[in-house]
Formats: sequence, C-alpha cells, structure tokens
Amino acid sequence: MEATHALASGTSSLLVWLIALPALGATILLLAGRRSDKWGHLLATGLSGASFVVGVVELFKMLSRDGESRGVAQHLFTWINAGSFRVEAGLLLDQLSICFVLLITGVGTLIHVYSIAYMEHDHDRRRFFSYLNLFIAAMLLLVLGDSFLNLYVGWEGVGLASYLLIGFWNQKPAYATAAKKAFVVNRIGDMGLSFAIMIAFTAFGTVSFQGVADHAGPDHKQVMTWMGLALLLAAAGKSAQFPLQSWLGDAMAGPTPVSALIHAATMVTAGVYLITRSNFVFDSAPTAQLMVVIVGVVTLLFGALIGTAKDDIKKALAASTMSQIGYMVLAAGLGPAGYAFAIMHLLTHGFFKASMFLGAGSVMHGMNDEVDMRKFGRLRVAMPITYLTFGLGYLAIIGVPPFSGFFSKDKIIEAAFNAGGARGWIIGLAALLGAAITAFYMTRVMVMTFFGQKRWADDAHPHESPKLMTAPIIILSVGSIAAGALFAFGSSLQQWLEPVVARGFVEGEPALPPIIVSIMALVAVALGVALAYVKYVRVPVEAVAPANVSIWTRFARRDLLQDAFNEAVFMRPGQYLTRALSFFDRKVVDGAVNGTGALFGGLSVRVRRVQTGYVRTYALLILFGAALVLAAMLAARI
Amino acid sequence: MNFVAPVINYSQVLPILIVLGTALLGVIVEAFFARDRRYQIQVPLSIAGLVLAFVWILKIRGTTSITAESAVAIDGPALVLQGAIVILGIAGLLLIAERKLDSSGDAFVAQAAAIPGSEAERTATLAKLTQTEVFPLTLFAIAGMMLFPAANDLVTMFVALEVLSLPLYLMSGLARRRRLLSQEAALKYFLLGAFSSAFFLYGAAFLYGYSGSVGFRQIREAIQTNAGNDVFLLTGIALVSVGLLFKVSAVPFHSWTPDVYQGAPTPVTAFMAACTKIAAFGAFARLFYVGLSGARWDWRPMLTVIAIATMVLGALWALTQTDIKRMLAYSSVAHSGFILTGIVATNKAGLSGTLFYLVTYGFTTIGAFAIVTLVRNASGEATHISGYAGLGKRSPWIAMLLSLFLLGLAGIPLTSGFVAKFAVFSAAYESGSTALVIFGVLTSAIAAFFYIRLIVLMFFQDPEEDGPTVAAVPLMTTAAIALCATVTLVLGILPNALVHVIDAASRFVF
Repeated sequence: MEATHALASGTSSLLVWLIALPALGATILLLAGRRSDKWGHLLATGLSGASFVVGVVELFKMLSRDGESRGVAQHLFTWINAGSFRVEAGLLLDQLSICFVLLITGVGTLIHVYSIAYMEHDHDRRRFFSYLNLFIAAMLLLVLGDSFLNLYVGWEGVGLASYLLIGFWNQKPAYATAAKKAFVVNRIGDMGLSFAIMIAFTAFGTVSFQGVADHAGPDHKQVMTWMGLALLLAAAGKSAQFPLQSWLGDAMAGPTPVSALIHAATMVTAGVYLITRSNFVFDSAPTAQLMVVIVGVVTLLFGALIGTAKDDIKKALAASTMSQIGYMVLAAGLGPAGYAFAIMHLLTHGFFKASMFLGAGSVMHGMNDEVDMRKFGRLRVAMPITYLTFGLGYLAIIGVPPFSGFFSKDKIIEAAFNAGGARGWIIGLAALLGAAITAFYMTRVMVMTFFGQKRWADDAHPHESPKLMTAPIIILSVGSIAAGALFAFGSSLQQWLEPVVARGFVEGEPALPPIIVSIMALVAVALGVALAYVKYVRVPVEAVAPANVSIWTRFARRDLLQDAFNEAVFMRPGQYLTRALSFFDRKVVDGAVNGTGALFGGLSVRVRRVQTGYVRTYALLILFGAALVLAAMLAARI
Repeated sequence: MNFVAPVINYSQVLPILIVLGTALLGVIVEAFFARDRRYQIQVPLSIAGLVLAFVWILKIRGTTSITAESAVAIDGPALVLQGAIVILGIAGLLLIAERKLDSSGDAFVAQAAAIPGSEAERTATLAKLTQTEVFPLTLFAIAGMMLFPAANDLVTMFVALEVLSLPLYLMSGLARRRRLLSQEAALKYFLLGAFSSAFFLYGAAFLYGYSGSVGFRQIREAIQTNAGNDVFLLTGIALVSVGLLFKVSAVPFHSWTPDVYQGAPTPVTAFMAACTKIAAFGAFARLFYVGLSGARWDWRPMLTVIAIATMVLGALWALTQTDIKRMLAYSSVAHSGFILTGIVATNKAGLSGTLFYLVTYGFTTIGAFAIVTLVRNASGEATHISGYAGLGKRSPWIAMLLSLFLLGLAGIPLTSGFVAKFAVFSAAYESGSTALVIFGVLTSAIAAFFYIRLIVLMFFQDPEEDGPTVAAVPLMTTAAIALCATVTLVLGILPNALVHVIDAASRFVF
C-alpha cells in the first residue's frame, strides 16, 4: 500500500458507478415493490452486467498505465469531520481490488442470469433480485473503500445481504434460525473489525489504509499485533474460519444461487481480502501472522473432515468451501510470499466452487429440491451438462493438472513448505493431508451424485436444467479449466499484485524443489481418490445413511461437535447470564420502579383528601396559606 | 385644583383598546341583530378584532415606554405576552365557536337563566337555542388579560384582574351538559376569587401605606431608600402575593383549579388555562421584578417554598386523577410551580425563561383540551380516563396529537416543553437555587408518569366495547389543534427564533 495513487481523472471517476448501478437496482426494486415484479429481475441483471462492463473498462484503463501508478483513487466527500478526526469517503481501485471487482460483478452477473430461471416459480423473485443487487453493491464498496471505516460499511452491508438471503424463505423457522445464527456469529467477527478500527484511530489518529500503512514497521509492533489479531477475528467471522466457522453450514438454507455467489465465491472470501489488504499490519506483526497460519491450517483440516461425512450435497460443498478458504488464509498468513497465491486460489476457487454450487442447484432443480446425495446416483445420464461441468469443477478442486485448482493449491502447498524449519514442514504436511482429504470427499460427492445405482424417490423425474441455468455454469467451467494456468503462467498474477502486497519482496531459496512438491501433492490426491473409490464405488451406496458407523464418522456428521461446543460454552452461560439479568431487572430494577410508583400513588391518595369539594374548606385553606405566607415574611422581623 | 387631562399614548395601548372596542361592538350586535344571525356576525367580528390587535402589537414591537399617567407600561415582556394572549385567544375562540361537535348546538347552555332540570331548560334545549354572549365575554376577558401584565400600578393591576376574572366566572357556569357541576364551579370560582381579591387589595393598601404610592416605580424607590415601615412592606408583599398566587393556582391557593377546570365548558377551560396563567404570571413578574425587586431577599425564600410545594403536590395529586380534565388541572398546578422557578431566579435568564415557558405552555394546554372536546360518547365529552383506552387504534391521528401535547407538557425533548423547562431550570441554577432545580427535575419525573400513562393507555390497551369515539373533527377545532401542534413541534426542534425574540424583549421598563 505504499504506492501513491494518481488523482481521479478520466474514467476513474466511473468508480462510483460500479457501486451506484447495483445500489440503484436494489433501491428501485425495493421501493417499486410488486409493481416491478414483471421486469425487476431483468433490471437487476442488467445493472449487475453494466457494473461488470464498467469493471472491464477500468481494467483496460489500468493496463494502459505503468505498474506503480495503476491504482486510482476517487474522493467522494468528507464523511466525518470531528475535530482532528477526519474520514473521507473515498474509493480506491488498485491491482488487488480490480481482481475482486471483476470476480464479484462477473460471477455475480452469471448468477443473476442463472437465478432468473432458478427462481422463476418463486413469487418473491423480485425481492430476491433486489437483495442480490444490494449484495453486489455492498461487496463492491467493501473492496473499493479506501479506509478501514469505508470497508466496514461494505462489510456490514454484505452481512445484511447475507442475512436477508439466508433467511429468504423465512417462512420456515429453521431457515430463519440459520439466518439469525449467521448474523450473530458474524457480529462477533464484526466486533473484531470495529476493535481494529478503534485501535488504528487511538494509536495513529487515522483509519485510512494509507495512513495506517505509513506507521507500519517494527516501531509499532505491539499495536500492529493487537490490530492484526482483531482483524483476524473479523476475517474468521466473515470467512467462516475456526473458531467462528459454525454458521456456514446452516447458511446453505438460502437459495442455491446465494450459496454459490455469497457463501462460496465472494462474501466468504472477504476475510482473505481483509488480511491481504492489511498486509502492512501483518507484515509488522509476526505473532499475528502466526495466528493467521494456525487458524488457516486448523480450518482447512476441520472443513475437510466435516466434508467427509455430509450427505447433504450443499453442506458437503459448504464444508469444502470452509476448507478451501482455510488454504487461502494459510497462504495469506505466510506474508508477502503467500498473498498472491491466496488471491490466486481465491479467484480460481471463485470459478470452480461457484460452478459446482450452480451444478448442485441444477441437480436440486431437477430432483424436486432434494439435497440428500444418498437419494441421487447415476444422474450423469439424466443431466449430462450438469455432470460434465460439475466434473470439471471436481477435477479443479482436487487439484488435477491442468485444471485451475492444481496451480493455485500447488503454489500454496509449496509456499507452506518454504515457510522454513519445523514450521514449514508442519504446515506443509497439513496442507498435503488436506489435499488428500479433499480428494476423498469430493470424489465421494461426485460418485454419490452422478455414478452408481439410481436411488431416486419415485416422484423424481430428473431432467437437465434450462439453458438460462446451464449457460452460466458452462461459462464458469471455462474459468475452472483455464484460470489457474492463466494466473500461474509466468507468475503473471504474482507480478500484477506485487506493487500492492509484496513490494520489494525477494523470494528465498525453496525448501523443496517445486517439482517434488507437485509430485507429493498429486500422490496425496491419488490416495484420496483411491480411498473414496474403495469405499463408494466398490461398495454400493446405501439410500439411507447407515447408523452403525464409527465414532469418527458420527463426530464428523455432527460438524466435529462445533455446535455442541458453542452451545455448552457460549449459549448456556449466556442464557444463564440473561436469566440472571432478567431476574435482577424484574426484582430489583422493576421492584424499585414499581415501589416508587406505589409510594407516590399512596402519597397521592393521602394528599388528595384535602380536595373535599366544599368551598368553605378551600377558603379555609387559602386563609391558612395566607397566614403561613404572612408569618414567613414577618418571621425575620419579630 | 385644575383638572388636567391624562396624557395617554393611544398607539401603545391600541391593542387593548381594539379588543375592548370589539367586545363592545359584540354587545351591540347582541342588542340589535336577530338571534339567528348573531353567530355569523360574532365569530368573524371577534376574530377580526383579535387579528387586528395582533397586527398592531407587531407594529409597535420594540416599544419601551410608560404611558397613561404611569398606569400602563408597554415594554418587551408586556408585548410578548399580549401577543401570546391574543394568538391563544384566537385558538380558544375557535374552540368556543365550534358548533359541529355537539349534536344539540355548541358547548354552551341553551338558556343560562333556566334552572337545571326545569321545564324551561327542556323547552330551550328542544328549541335548539344557542347563545352568543360568550364571544363579547371572551373578548372582555382577553382585554383584561392584556392589561394585566402591562399594569404599572397596583390599582390598574387590580382593575385588570377584575376585568379578566368577572367574564371567566360567568363563562365557567355556561356548560350545556352537566350544568350543576358547571354552576357549582362558577360559584366556587367567584367566591374564592372574591376572597383572594380582598387579600390583594388589603396588601395593596399596606404597600401604599409603606411607600405613599401605588405606582411600581415609587414603591421601588421607597424600598431602595428604605423610607417606610418594614412591617407594612412585608405584610403588603405577603398579601398581594396571595392574590396573585391564587390566580396562577399555586399551592395552597390552587384548590379551585380542578373543580373549575372540570366544571367549566371545555373550550372555556382551554382558554382560561392558557391565557389566565400567561396574564397572571406576566403581572406577577412585573410586580416582583419592578416594584418589589429591592425586597427580593425577603420574598425569594417564601416563593421558593411555594414553588416546591406547588410542583410536588401538583404532580402528586395528578397521579391519581381519573378525569382527564382534573388531571390536566393538576398538571397546570404543577406547571405553575415550574414557572415560579423561573420567577424566583430573579435574573434576566429567569425572566426570558418564564416568558418562553408561558408561550409554550399556552399552546400545549389549549391543544390538549381541544382534543378533550373531540373524544365523545352519547352524553357529550367522555372525560373519564378509561375512555381513552385504545384511542390509538380507533383514531390514530388524534391519539398521536394528544400524545404530542402530553409529551410537550411532560417536557420531553423535541417538544417545546423541554426547551421551556430547560430554560427555567438553568436560570434557577444560575441564580443559585440548586434545591429548586433538584425538586423541579424530580417532579418532572413524577409528572412524566401520568402523562405517559395516558399515552400507554391510548396505544397499548384495547378499546372498550362501546367506549367513546372521535366521531367528527370539524374545521375550527382542527385549525386550533393544528396551530398548537405546529407551535409545540417547531418550538421543540427550532426554538432559536423565538428564544432570540424573547431574549431581546426580556427587560422591564420602570
């Protein structure tokens, strides 16, 4: 972030339109209400597409400039001006944010198109599209804000959109509960971000990225450590990282396009963006960086293990998302050596995971919204396009060359080994283990859904989805095939991001030759696939989940007891606390209030007796009063 | 001894003269026009007179002079209060003139001379008789109220007191429904009013005995030079105070207030609750700030104790009232205590705070009583508080407006009442009366309880099966309510314009 940014000029003043277009869509659709039911989805899709076009224009503008002056800023207005504290509302588009802008608007637009067909029979489709547009606008604000506070606005905005969309079918109590859970867990992370902002303001008097970056360095190691830990908490909340991971599985209650866009491709990766954007903080705080690595490693294994036992296709994919973001966080925790790979994996993951989620949606669409993979099987015949695209996504995620996941994941594993010493070996091996488990559970998903015997319900008539749905999946599949090679070829993405995240960073000697790491990774993947083959192809899958399974399976089915843990450690004590407080409120506070009320009421009844209604009493009272006044006035003189 | 014609600057007293003249015209109308045409003439005539008076007050704004042989002082406080009285008089007159609410005519008795329950009364009611004497009576009262805060000697003050009181005694007894209650109220008001007037006169005599004059300036100078007998002065202050404290309904001289407010026709209650209090406190302030300011260390402790008693007891009594008019009456008692807080401050902030308080109080009070005239059942106004349960569901707008006025009376921020309370309390604090401020704030909390209890009743309880309703909201009442609501809100949110005017005007001439 040391790069100085050119003043807004020319098309850079288009920046605000990136956000304004979808925001306008959301506003129109929400205000127009049912009147816009007929055309609302088209408007929303069109505006999202327009935003994507603006993003592409910006990309070409950026390419026409040199590396150092590629970033552009646009000052909008002075937001807060209180004494010495000034916050400008400004936008910043640099090499890092343009990646996100294109991912958000590109994948976002495809998912808008997909949703037109997917949500066709929902009578609230317009509301759905207004929330989608709201999400796009908020997410763009998140990645374009030029200060922590501006980012925070977008951060809360995507949280709101996520909440609204998870609970979109809030007539089902379970879904409404899922939305609430996501919201509450996210709030804990949001606390972290607000703490980070407060720390920055207290220590440096500024909350802009540039302002905080100016203070980076060993002089402020302690402040940066605290700020880094607070930012990590924020990232863990938004990106479903350990220990705030529990909401993501339940978030699958939302319509599947939402799971693809928000809970796979974009919003959940905001934590990775935050860490990468705050690279100057973490680079000055090794302790915080180590914590980031630990969180990443724990989550990538945690998510992978949960993924092995899920029968719900969306939950299996959600567990995989959690695990893949663990990889990204791990990479981001490795510092300048890893930021670019974190972003690379984020982008490739955006493609293949979105395409797989949309594929899952397509399966559900053809199977009466069934999500239990034990009721699928042999769908490759009924849904060839979905099968092919899902298959490409599968090859990408497990990291088979030359698909995109291979390049990005391979780089992360390599960087992990390169971290050096025992630490390098531990995280490297953990990443390899994760790759093996990923291969296992993704093969399991693939096999259970598309291969084997058909296990459909009698009333299911699986059929391929309409073109409006398959076309976006096909486009995304192209990304999952090619993106990785494109980014990795000649280290293009690494060089592109270098001015923002890794200025002056020189790669050291690798601990292991890259080819060895690649071979090890491929062996791990092959082992995972082979194990899955043994367990799910050789032995036919049962239509009902077997009950007499090992304790480990049961453990994984229950999400490694994350909910039980939260319930025992946070929810129950919290309930006791609220109960105690409510008791205190009722007995002590209300008691005092009611007691006071009763006291005055009683007094009132007593003094009211003076008011007899007889004029003689009143006159006597006046006489009495006059005598008192007279006595009081003359008292001093007599 | 030659007779010398008194020197009177007619322009400066013209507002009072216009109102008096209009009242006299009204009497002539009563005499010369047919019964069924009087209403059409009286209402526009009265309002035109009041509007003209207000225009003239605006024209002579900024005047600071003593005229009419030192009997009348026209200065900032006098003009501000006269302006407020005239505008509130218009609002009150609109309520009095309303004939679309009561199925049998207006709020006033068909034939005042008919004995309640007699054959004559029944005949008059069946004939749908309506009277219009109430309009000139109102104007006479308004003229007296305008003179009261401008009176610059004790005799003029007494005359003004009687001019404003006598029509009010009559008007209180004119209720169309529940006539016995109304007549009882009128008689009580008259008897006690006469009783307290006697105290005032006796006190005036003592002050004359002390200073050899009834003029405020002469009394002031006598106190400064310590010319006379102290006992005469102190006795005079005590007795004059009793007369004035009666008019502002301060404890223990308040006992007429709930009975009269309840018994009088509600439009009359609205009018007198607002305007009498303004006039009486105006006179109070002039007497104590001009004539008796040299003796402030003698009267301040006495008034402090009375202010505390008035605030606390007024709020306490209001707590257990079940009739909304009585509740508002006790609330008016409590407000007298708050206003006395401003008077006791005896500084410029105290005076301007008092003036601001009086203006805001007048508008919220008329507004609240105007709503009381709307909530009716078959037998007229439903004044029992239980009738207001669920009003928010039946008539949300009316309930919201009443809530606004109640919040204004309670002194909740964003209403004029908050700014006013803040003004008098901060003035009192500035002058060192910390105890008064503490009592004031605590009492405000007690008072908030019964205002907000009514709001809770309106919005959070279900209406009674055949409870009262707001059947009609006719034009003139709507105009009065709209005026009061606007002032309450605007002075709550943007009080600065009026604060500046009053600040600039807060200086008595002597």
